[in-house]
Amino acid sequence: MPDEQRSGATRDGTDNANGTLAVYVWRGDGTGGGEQRFDVPRQDSQTVLDVVTWIQQQADASLTYRFACRVGMCGSCAMMVNDEPRWTCRTHVERVARNGELHIAPLRNLPVIKDLVTDMDPFFDKWVKAEAIHHPSAGRDDEFAAVTPDDPERIEASAGIECINCAICYAACDTVAGNPDYLGPAALQRAWTLYNDSRDDGGDAILDAVSRSGGCHSCHSMGSCSHYCPNDLDPMGAIAGLKRATAKRFFGGGRG
Amino acid sequence: MNGGMNGGTNRGMSRQSGRAPARIRGHALWYAHILHRLSGVGLALFLPLHFWVLSLALTDVAALDGFLAFTELPMVKLAEFGLVFLLAVHLFGGLRLMALEWLPWPAPHKTLAAGTLAVSAFLSGIFFLQAI
Amino acid sequence: MLELRLYMAQRITALIMAPLVIGHIAVMIYAVQGGLSAGEILGRTQGSLSWALFYGSFVVAVSIHGAIGVRTVLSEWAGLRGGVLNGVCLALCALLLVMGGRAVLAVTMI
Repeated sequence: MPDEQRSGATRDGTDNANGTLAVYVWRGDGTGGGEQRFDVPRQDSQTVLDVVTWIQQQADASLTYRFACRVGMCGSCAMMVNDEPRWTCRTHVERVARNGELHIAPLRNLPVIKDLVTDMDPFFDKWVKAEAIHHPSAGRDDEFAAVTPDDPERIEASAGIECINCAICYAACDTVAGNPDYLGPAALQRAWTLYNDSRDDGGDAILDAVSRSGGCHSCHSMGSCSHYCPNDLDPMGAIAGLKRATAKRFFGGGRG
Repeated sequence: MNGGMNGGTNRGMSRQSGRAPARIRGHALWYAHILHRLSGVGLALFLPLHFWVLSLALTDVAALDGFLAFTELPMVKLAEFGLVFLLAVHLFGGLRLMALEWLPWPAPHKTLAAGTLAVSAFLSGIFFLQAI
Repeated sequence: MLELRLYMAQRITALIMAPLVIGHIAVMIYAVQGGLSAGEILGRTQGSLSWALFYGSFVVAVSIHGAIGVRTVLSEWAGLRGGVLNGVCLALCALLLVMGGRAVLAVTMI
């Protein structure tokens, strides 16, 4: 760590050694609420999740939030941090605090259960609506499916499989905000992944599902999903793939 | 934990309003999307006026000439420049979107978005220079 | 599959209009030189079947394209849904078709 950070002021305007951070946390439930201020001691290499945990353990035990792995693998700690969707566990305070302030709110575009915890049901229900579920093409008595890594379809499928369902893209998307029926980037990306998986037998069912109201054609390619995805995935590109496949089928071209 | 810190002071609800709607900060493709949408709405609003003026040729050619004389005003010329820009930016922005959606190659999206802006500014600029 | 049909109609009309818009911009840059006059415009277009087809197809395509686009914006930004949304957009499509058709007739008929 550079010396100036160890000994004194940091880029976010707080003092590492003995400064405090003004943290505004959204408190409330589905019926409404507002921001509550907490002054949290500043520490080296502090993450936003550290801040939330400090508040819950040291200041107000009733603060409700969700986390599990703390290392960016589980996707459960996503929140709005200064109006942007982020994994709080992988976001350093130093990078996002402005004038020593932090605003933390529940994920956008999802109903709030309490404080920083959102109801993820609509998000996951849409995965099913998008037919982003496995359609088996073989049974247990069949041979193992041979998957060729350099097959073009496999490359398309592999591009999206690192999604951990954190709903950052869903919170970032203005189309979701304007159209509650829109399936959203994550569900559509999974549908595109399965569409390209040689072991999945649901090609037509997937294209039918994503062609309905709120399907892939609602997307306007504004790209907030790909811009904010913490895993550097490209849901916008995946949705474009679905548009291409449905258009090809529309013109009678068969599998897109 | 830094022992003895007095953080965590609960100062009550600082904002009583409901959950503030988060605004996603703009990025290149988001701006391209907004520009495409606003230019489209602008053109849709302009079209009825455009059609009405042209149909004067059917009923009242003198009125049409009167209206066309109105286009000599500097403010109207500037507005025309704006309209040509909206049309061009909607055209090239739309072509960019269709290339993004239908051509299966990884395109340099941000560069293309900037390119549509440059081409549109160039074309509407030429129009403006010819008009004045 | 209304959504898919609207999407396809939007993209097909866009592809039809792409060369028409480029032509339109070229004509505008050419025609605006030395100012606009009814005589100049009508002298170019009146009695021309080619211009009638050019602007006629333009009007049909833009009426469909514009109505679908406005439908999306009204749905997302104004919260319109269902019958109201479709009614408003069909009305807009009809308005553009009638007014645009009348304008094409006005400048191309002798």
